[in-house]
Amino acid sequence: MNLYDQQKRNLANTRLFIAGFVLLLALIGLGADGLLYAGGFSPGIPFATLGALGIGGLSAWWSLHGGDRAVIESTNATPLDPSDPKQRVLENVVEEVAIASGLPKPAIWVVPDSDPNAFATGTGPDRASIAVTRGLLDALNREELQGVVSHEMSHVRNYDVRLMTVVAALAGAILLLSDWSRRGLWWGGGRRRDRDGGGGGAGAIFFALWVVSIVLAPIIAQIVSLAVSRQREYLADASGAEMTRNPLALASALEKISAAVAPTPSIKQGIAHLCIEDPRGGPPDAREGFFAGLLSTHPPITKRIALLREMAYQKRP
Amino acid sequence: MAAVGGCLTLIVVLAVIGAIWAIWRYNNLISLRNQVSNGWKQIDVQLKRRHDLIPNLVAAVKGEMQFEQDTLEKVIAARNSAVAARGVAEAADKENALTQTLSRLFALAENYPTLKSNEQVKALMEELSSTENRIGFARQFYNDIATRYNTSQQIFPDNLIAQSFKFQPVELFELKDEAERAVPRVDLNIRSDQTKS
Repeated sequence: MNLYDQQKRNLANTRLFIAGFVLLLALIGLGADGLLYAGGFSPGIPFATLGALGIGGLSAWWSLHGGDRAVIESTNATPLDPSDPKQRVLENVVEEVAIASGLPKPAIWVVPDSDPNAFATGTGPDRASIAVTRGLLDALNREELQGVVSHEMSHVRNYDVRLMTVVAALAGAILLLSDWSRRGLWWGGGRRRDRDGGGGGAGAIFFALWVVSIVLAPIIAQIVSLAVSRQREYLADASGAEMTRNPLALASALEKISAAVAPTPSIKQGIAHLCIEDPRGGPPDAREGFFAGLLSTHPPITKRIALLREMAYQKRP
Repeated sequence: MAAVGGCLTLIVVLAVIGAIWAIWRYNNLISLRNQVSNGWKQIDVQLKRRHDLIPNLVAAVKGEMQFEQDTLEKVIAARNSAVAARGVAEAADKENALTQTLSRLFALAENYPTLKSNEQVKALMEELSSTENRIGFARQFYNDIATRYNTSQQIFPDNLIAQSFKFQPVELFELKDEAERAVPRVDLNIRSDQTKS
């Protein structure tokens, strides 16, 4: 499968994820409407459904118009200072990779943190930011830096930055709404039993389904958004290597980044999925295994390195 | 009569669909052609940047490298003939010659430790090696986009549109001689195995 097919499949997947999340939101809202209706309160429009979709839409809209700024600010990143030789090299490398990818040059930020890491954010090629930590500039040589920047640039080119932003916002909205619904249920539960206005068996089944779905929705949303993030990492490795035609440089950069097992304290938990490697630290293979895999933002780094080596026709070590 | 009317409608609908398809594919070709010419200009921009940087670098290293006057003069001469070059083929030749004299200069500079610790020279070397990378990437991007342009002229049925509007395939950028192939991208990270061209 070549890059264009992968991009196409990605766009299709994006629509699927968004549709699924919208469905979850609508389900939460519909259930609430059904309960209100059963409780004898019928305002004529399904206002809980509309409200749920509205909240989802608003948070997605907000995340696309300023979410990237918020992410950058949360890391205390400073704009690039070209008078520092190392940052000038970074600027040059970003310019080179931008030329290789045929995209406009993104905004560049430096995070004052000694652990090597990097992330990209924004809404797509026209509005993108790439941030690297000070530690990354110190640890990597020019070619490895180029590999890391090409990985981040791929996130920009493949619209991963937009998808991850929207997915995170929608997952947040689902969490919020299911939380509200659970509280509402608690609060309204007693009164509902007094007036039995529901539709008998079908109503009870619907009600049970709804309760299960508001409990499961945030977990599903979380697992899905983590799965999206992991899949994107492999793709960004591959298409970054395609940009620079140098998979080995990225492989050796990943080796250096994973060798630094310390966490990246400047990068908060909430944006872990944006980084080139999990900022929470830990030895590289501590997160193998099915359940650990299900809940991690990144695929095992040894596997990523092995795949990059294969691209350069080197056998697995 | 009804059958004739049905046929006519069918023909009109097919013609409209055909016309929409033709417009769509034609616009696709035009968009690719513009991207190709933009890609080509991007190479020129980076070559111009290289031409502007070289006199500065030569001026900065002249004092230290006075025993290499010959090499320095060759770089300047190659640079000047590259600036003066007319036409695609000639320009490519001159730029290749310039790349070779430049890598010779970089290799020689390795012998002058004082140069490598000079901040100004280091900064200029970084700019120049970045420019070499940019030229390489700009050519690579041009080749990728030109290949897409050529492919969409050749595949069926798009080739019908390409032929009726006289779209021409564009030439890819390629290295002509073996010597140039052997020269790696100029890279200032200290690696002794690359200093010989």
